[in-house]
Amino acid sequence: MPKKRSTFLLSVLCFGMAFLYIPMFLLIVYSFNYSKIVSVWGGLSTRWYTSLFESEEIWSALMLSLKIAIVNATFATLLGTLAGLALARFRYFRGRTLFTGMISAPLVMPEVITGLSLLLLFITLGDLIGWPEKRGITTITIAHITFSLAYVAVIIESRLSGIGETLEEAALDLGAKPLRVMMDITLPLLAPGMLAGWLLAFTLSLDDLVIASFVSGPGSSTLPMLIYSRVKLGLKPDINALATMIILAVAIGVLIAGWILIRQQKQRQRDAQLAGTE
Amino acid sequence: MKQYSPNSPRHSLPRSEAEPLLEIRGISCNYDLERAVFDFSLTVHRGEQVCLLGPSGCGKTTVLRAIAGFHPILTGSILINDQQVSAVKNMVPPEARRVGMVFQDHALFPHLTVRENIAAGLDQLSAGLRGESVGEMLDRMGLGHHADRYPHELSGGQQQRVALARALAPKPLLLLMDEPFSSLDQELREHMGQEVSDMLKESGTTCVMVTHDQNDAFALGDKVGVMSEGAIVQWDTPYNLYHQPQTHFVADFIGNGVFINGQCEDKKQVNTSLGMLQSDIALDWSNDADIEVLLRPDDVVYDPEGPIIAKVTRRAFKGAQIMYTLRTLDGVKLLALFPSHANFGIGDEVRVRLDVDHLVVFEQNSVVD
Repeated sequence: MPKKRSTFLLSVLCFGMAFLYIPMFLLIVYSFNYSKIVSVWGGLSTRWYTSLFESEEIWSALMLSLKIAIVNATFATLLGTLAGLALARFRYFRGRTLFTGMISAPLVMPEVITGLSLLLLFITLGDLIGWPEKRGITTITIAHITFSLAYVAVIIESRLSGIGETLEEAALDLGAKPLRVMMDITLPLLAPGMLAGWLLAFTLSLDDLVIASFVSGPGSSTLPMLIYSRVKLGLKPDINALATMIILAVAIGVLIAGWILIRQQKQRQRDAQLAGTE
Repeated sequence: MKQYSPNSPRHSLPRSEAEPLLEIRGISCNYDLERAVFDFSLTVHRGEQVCLLGPSGCGKTTVLRAIAGFHPILTGSILINDQQVSAVKNMVPPEARRVGMVFQDHALFPHLTVRENIAAGLDQLSAGLRGESVGEMLDRMGLGHHADRYPHELSGGQQQRVALARALAPKPLLLLMDEPFSSLDQELREHMGQEVSDMLKESGTTCVMVTHDQNDAFALGDKVGVMSEGAIVQWDTPYNLYHQPQTHFVADFIGNGVFINGQCEDKKQVNTSLGMLQSDIALDWSNDADIEVLLRPDDVVYDPEGPIIAKVTRRAFKGAQIMYTLRTLDGVKLLALFPSHANFGIGDEVRVRLDVDHLVVFEQNSVVD
């Protein structure tokens, strides 16, 4: 029998959803606004999309952001996986507590502090050894890697402790050398965690404004930096169009992920039934 | 039938009796920085199946892991096939020991099929030989139809078979099993225990199993070592462990039973509140020594003419038999196993007699052993 739903709970749900999605909805609607002033409706138009695709500035900022995000995600996943392996698999080593603390510190460190300290580091390094000569894509990428790898390490560590050590022991017991065990057992099992870590690092980097603002140099503005500076100078509606495109991309991504998940679940159920019938 | 260990031909058991395959010489191990195994020694001969039995936390798994090479030892040494594999700060790594282990939760590789799981230990063989070997194992374990399935698509018993097949495929010198049946339900457990036991005996595989379940231990172990607090308390056949336990702990841990107090008289009988009990052998106690006698449930016999009157306080139906918990008029608790047709309810009065021939006797309050 269907239970009668509580009106109170339903209205709270609606309010919450409205709170989350009305701003996005408004943004999408206003991206089709003809008027040059963001908050005044001037009829339906796609002129801002045209102007968006013609805007050199926005495209180069987007490309820069994507480049940084991809390189960052890749390096952060590599280093973070190594750190996670050390955290989860090397039980006792000298300075373990210190290492654990230092790995997770960037997670709780205010971004302003991280950004400022990295800026100081780059300036000092530039004075001492002449590198980095000027700040830009390299320094932003390095800064992003330093904090993203902490997130990856945490994901990998929890995934590893979830998998447990028994499978690796079983492989050793069957005569596999430790490197083989790593390649044939640990890494394949870790792959979903590494993918999750990569995606998280990618998103974090694409999202970051504060740290990038500290360590970037002239001529290298990431997309969040560009949007923020536009807001300060007065918003042009082509930013709305850009935001709509981003929302669309994210929505498609989420839909695909959901579709894959549902398919996997159905497959699992079929498998379970198959195993159960015998 | 194929022989699964080249070093343990099954037709020459008498000769191999004398050949120790596994020798553990006085090892000690820590677990989580606390001493878990104390000066532990054990010798297993070729073709023998032995079992370490004990409550959780008694160090049995630590011993097994030390044999497999996963756990360092702090004193003593371990020899497999006359080669030292573990000594203090000198360990042969697990992958070089030729030991096959069946893990508690099977530890099948979830991303590999049954066939690939079984082939995992056969790297050194050529592709052809490997396929042959895997096919043979699949047939032997009755897994032929499931070769291309993944572990999560198999039932518990099938997973168990895959785990065993994977451990046996590389023809290890020694098979280790850590609570192999603990994830199976009761019925399957007994069935698998029997099946595995037959298979190991047939192939002459030397095997060490650890378990906390005495039924598993008795199904598989020619010899069973009862462990407590990191050491073997009694090393014996299942029969002797049940009928001639040497300490209070073993008597209590193996099988059911109660202890009743009494005094020794004339070295051959014990005066208890339930009457005089005769012993078939001379008792090594002085007259009037305060001792306790072990009464197994099958020592308490239903007899309408019996001298002891007791009330039923609990009953557990076990099919052909019913296990009763009784309380005598003096308040002594007894366990009794009656044939199922002697059916009583809780609170009923029952007459019983004691039918004990071999007395198992300990000093009173010897609980601390």
